[in-house]
Amino acid sequence: MDGLLSLAATAWATLRDILPIAVILFGFQVFVLRRPIPNLPRVMLGFVYVLIGLALFLEGLEAALFPLGRLMAEQLTDPAFLYAGAAAGLQPCWLDYLWVYAFAAAIGFAAPIAEPSLIAVALKANQVSGGTISVWGLRVAVALGASVGIALGTFRIVSGLPLSGVIIAGYLIVIVQTLFAPRAIIPLAYDSGGVTTSTVTVPLVAALGLGLASTIPGRSPMLDGFGLISITVMCPMISVMGYAQLSEWRARRAARNHAARAGSTG
Amino acid sequence: MKALALDLLLAMRGSARDLLPIVLVVAFFQLVVLQQPLPDLGRILSGSLMVVVGLALFIRGLEYGLFPIGETMAYGFARKGNIWWLLAFAFALGFSTTVAEPALIAIAEEAAKVAAGGGMIADTEAARADYTLGLRITVALSVGAAVALGVVRIIKGWPIQYFIIGGYIGVMLMTPFAPREIVGIAYDSGGVTTSTVTVPLVTALGVGLAASIKGRNPMVDGFGLIAFASLTPMIFVMGYGMLI
Repeated sequence: MDGLLSLAATAWATLRDILPIAVILFGFQVFVLRRPIPNLPRVMLGFVYVLIGLALFLEGLEAALFPLGRLMAEQLTDPAFLYAGAAAGLQPCWLDYLWVYAFAAAIGFAAPIAEPSLIAVALKANQVSGGTISVWGLRVAVALGASVGIALGTFRIVSGLPLSGVIIAGYLIVIVQTLFAPRAIIPLAYDSGGVTTSTVTVPLVAALGLGLASTIPGRSPMLDGFGLISITVMCPMISVMGYAQLSEWRARRAARNHAARAGSTG
Repeated sequence: MKALALDLLLAMRGSARDLLPIVLVVAFFQLVVLQQPLPDLGRILSGSLMVVVGLALFIRGLEYGLFPIGETMAYGFARKGNIWWLLAFAFALGFSTTVAEPALIAIAEEAAKVAAGGGMIADTEAARADYTLGLRITVALSVGAAVALGVVRIIKGWPIQYFIIGGYIGVMLMTPFAPREIVGIAYDSGGVTTSTVTVPLVTALGVGLAASIKGRNPMVDGFGLIAFASLTPMIFVMGYGMLI
């Protein structure tokens, strides 16, 4: 009964989120474009699916995975777990946090794979590129980037490196890659950063950041707990451009080998 | 009806695969690293089932509803040829999807606490509520402006990198002058503003526009709207922090 009530509350909240969007869409369609929407019943069914789907999705995450993920972030950053092996009284060193980085990297990979907005963009990119960009290729490239990003972000909180330094270094890499990456991938790579940090990833990552910042001596949750998301936005840009560069390089090498072989036999 | 149900079952198999990595990570850390039993297994299983069904419905909903309507409207605006209506639509879409975004509300409330703690505003309920609302409207305005600017870029076919790199250089230049407390929040606000419903709609709009304007390539020109929407909030939030 409790579950049903909270599901209804989530459905209501989702409806409130979607309603202004639906009003704008249909308003412009009816009053400005003045054209009937093709396939209207199917589109309406789609909206109903999105509404029920999102509500179930959020409710399920809240019931099953988020409490556990948050609890885990707390337990892993708990001094009792962290310094169990270390002699008491010693200043904690960044190596004591290896499990935290491992968890950050693992959840950083797993969460974007389940991220609905990333699936949406990957489907669209696959369709637009005529199949050149595979749905899974893009999703795995983004997830790898997010994984490195979140691990790097937790390391930054532990080590106390300044956030702006990490961000500046990262965007310098982005600029250099932009010069060399295939032109068609650049807009998609830039998009994939913002797309990754959504419904699934943000709550899990934010819990990890705040947990870490409140455990480590000398860190303030206010100043150091934030910033994890911005590193997570940055790294997929690098990994997606890297993935495109790598596939281009391999295609070129294969073509060269092929040409060389054709030359030697012919 | 039978076809629809079969279709959904297929989609569910896909979502189960999407969810599997998270379940494995959580189970591994809980059982092997922390060495604790999984609490309330029934709840976890029923929750996971809801996630799988929900994700499957959402993905089908994208294909039936959000993608087609985004594209239909993009074609409609391209045929109508009135750029001002298109820009108004882009701005309204960006603004309305952001202002009520739960992640943004959470981060704005957090920011108000930081600002009150740092003495930037009075530490009262009313001052904090004002600050939160101001911040939300600032971010929503910035996302609306970003989507509109991104649409202009698609129409003109300008290369995206000048905007994005220029924008991030702007962020770097502003950082030393913004209050230290606001920087982390400003950086994060870029990532949280693009919600699960906004992303597919905006992507379909951009790709549809690029496909229906002669001389534009959907791959090169169609993507990039989300990148704009994650960049401008950083600049606007730091600006907000500097002014207040």
